[in-house]
Amino acid sequence: MTLVKQKVLAMNGDEAVAYAVKQSDVDVVAAYPITPQTIIVERFSEYVHNGEVDTEFVCVESEHSALTACLAASAVGARAFTATASAGLALMHEILFVTSGCRAPVVMAVVNRALSAPINIHCDHSDAMAERDSGWIQIYAENSQEAYDSVIQAFRIAEHTDVLLPVMIGLDGFFLSHTLENVKVLPDETVRNFVGTRKFPLVKSHEGKLVPFRLDPENPITIGPLALFDYYFEIKRQQEEAMRKALPIIKQVHDEYAGISGRRYGNGLIDAYRLEDAEIAAVCLGSTAGTVKTVVDELRSKGIKAGLLRLRTFRPLPTEEIKNALANVKAVGVMDRACSFGGFGGPVFHEVRHVLYDLQTRPHVSNYIYGLGGRDTSPMMIHQIYQDLQQIVETNRVEKPVQFIGVRE
Amino acid sequence: MSPEKRGWKDIPLAGVCWVPSTEYLTGDWKTFKPVRDLDKCTRCLLCAIYCPDGAIKWNPEKEDLEFNYDFCKGCGICANECPVKAIEMAVE
Repeated sequence: MTLVKQKVLAMNGDEAVAYAVKQSDVDVVAAYPITPQTIIVERFSEYVHNGEVDTEFVCVESEHSALTACLAASAVGARAFTATASAGLALMHEILFVTSGCRAPVVMAVVNRALSAPINIHCDHSDAMAERDSGWIQIYAENSQEAYDSVIQAFRIAEHTDVLLPVMIGLDGFFLSHTLENVKVLPDETVRNFVGTRKFPLVKSHEGKLVPFRLDPENPITIGPLALFDYYFEIKRQQEEAMRKALPIIKQVHDEYAGISGRRYGNGLIDAYRLEDAEIAAVCLGSTAGTVKTVVDELRSKGIKAGLLRLRTFRPLPTEEIKNALANVKAVGVMDRACSFGGFGGPVFHEVRHVLYDLQTRPHVSNYIYGLGGRDTSPMMIHQIYQDLQQIVETNRVEKPVQFIGVRE
Repeated sequence: MSPEKRGWKDIPLAGVCWVPSTEYLTGDWKTFKPVRDLDKCTRCLLCAIYCPDGAIKWNPEKEDLEFNYDFCKGCGICANECPVKAIEMAVE
């Protein structure tokens, strides 16, 4: 694979997503605008209006309908895309499970935003974290470039016949969605060839024939039937298997794409920064990683062995990768931009700490809940986290396992 | 429903139905079954029209109605609709 010459466009994260969708030969887009995702839908509807895409754009009355339309389109074999945020994702809740259960490879951009109440339009991860058990693959982008690249990769991952699961690409509301960035874009032809056309595995129909897995009047099959205590469990077990199979495929698609674009995000699952010899490390998702990297560099220049592990793929959780990456760290600070009220820390903390439990000698792990409702997360706050981690190493104990960073007492 | 149930590795993707629904016998759901009084029955076929499961059919060879108990769920609509009260719901 040879690198392709690319042009640089000034785009915000939403525009970058819309541009990626425009290039990905999508058949159906059904979406409902919601801040901070609106620009995706606006830009895409302009592409449709200007005849720049050959896509059926369905204006719907709600996000529940948007995802239902995408699910139906996907079931007949179309490539479908939607985008939402916050309350919109919450309204899709029911259909998220139907989509993954029907093994419909819908791709959705989730422009991460806080949930009401109080009403807040700014970034945190409460929306997507509330849907982490919905059977969707979840990938979180660090910047608009990665959002663009990840959307293109998402179609290949979702539609892989060993996977056939819907994919959410998370990008931080406003921090990415509304911030202008230089984004390198591949030529249309290159993206079109990369995503290719949908392939369908063969399934045995009720007529005893082997037919492509899609709704087709010529070769009828039933998708999404009633399955009670006798078969439901087996069908759900298949979904878990597909998630496990997705791990190597996410890496594989990421590698292939890197061969064309020259851009890598760790190994596609985790993105480690100066972690090889790190004694203290932060773990985070999304755009915060940019700020954390700056702080890591500052600490390193002072001789402090700090590192960062950014989870690019949160579902399926790359357990082995996380374990290997953090095995030799003395103290890990997991940053959560969401709160699991009444739980023991935030959702990323639960997962990371849980994975590390199996290690013979495990690092100390503490949790920092930060940035809810778009609260600015300054380098000073990140320094505070690393200072806390240093103290944990010195005292060899975690005094406060869960802390809130940047909230007024 | 076939008596031997398959494991998750042997079920088609996403539970796509591998047998037609006619192989899933729903007749064992019933508590009451319709019993027809052949003398009272006028063969008007209203019961066959009303049956929501298509479990009552006219057999042209026998020139009579047939109840298919493999699919009759015992809902009693036939008994309710029968204009001459020729169908009685009896405990199975």
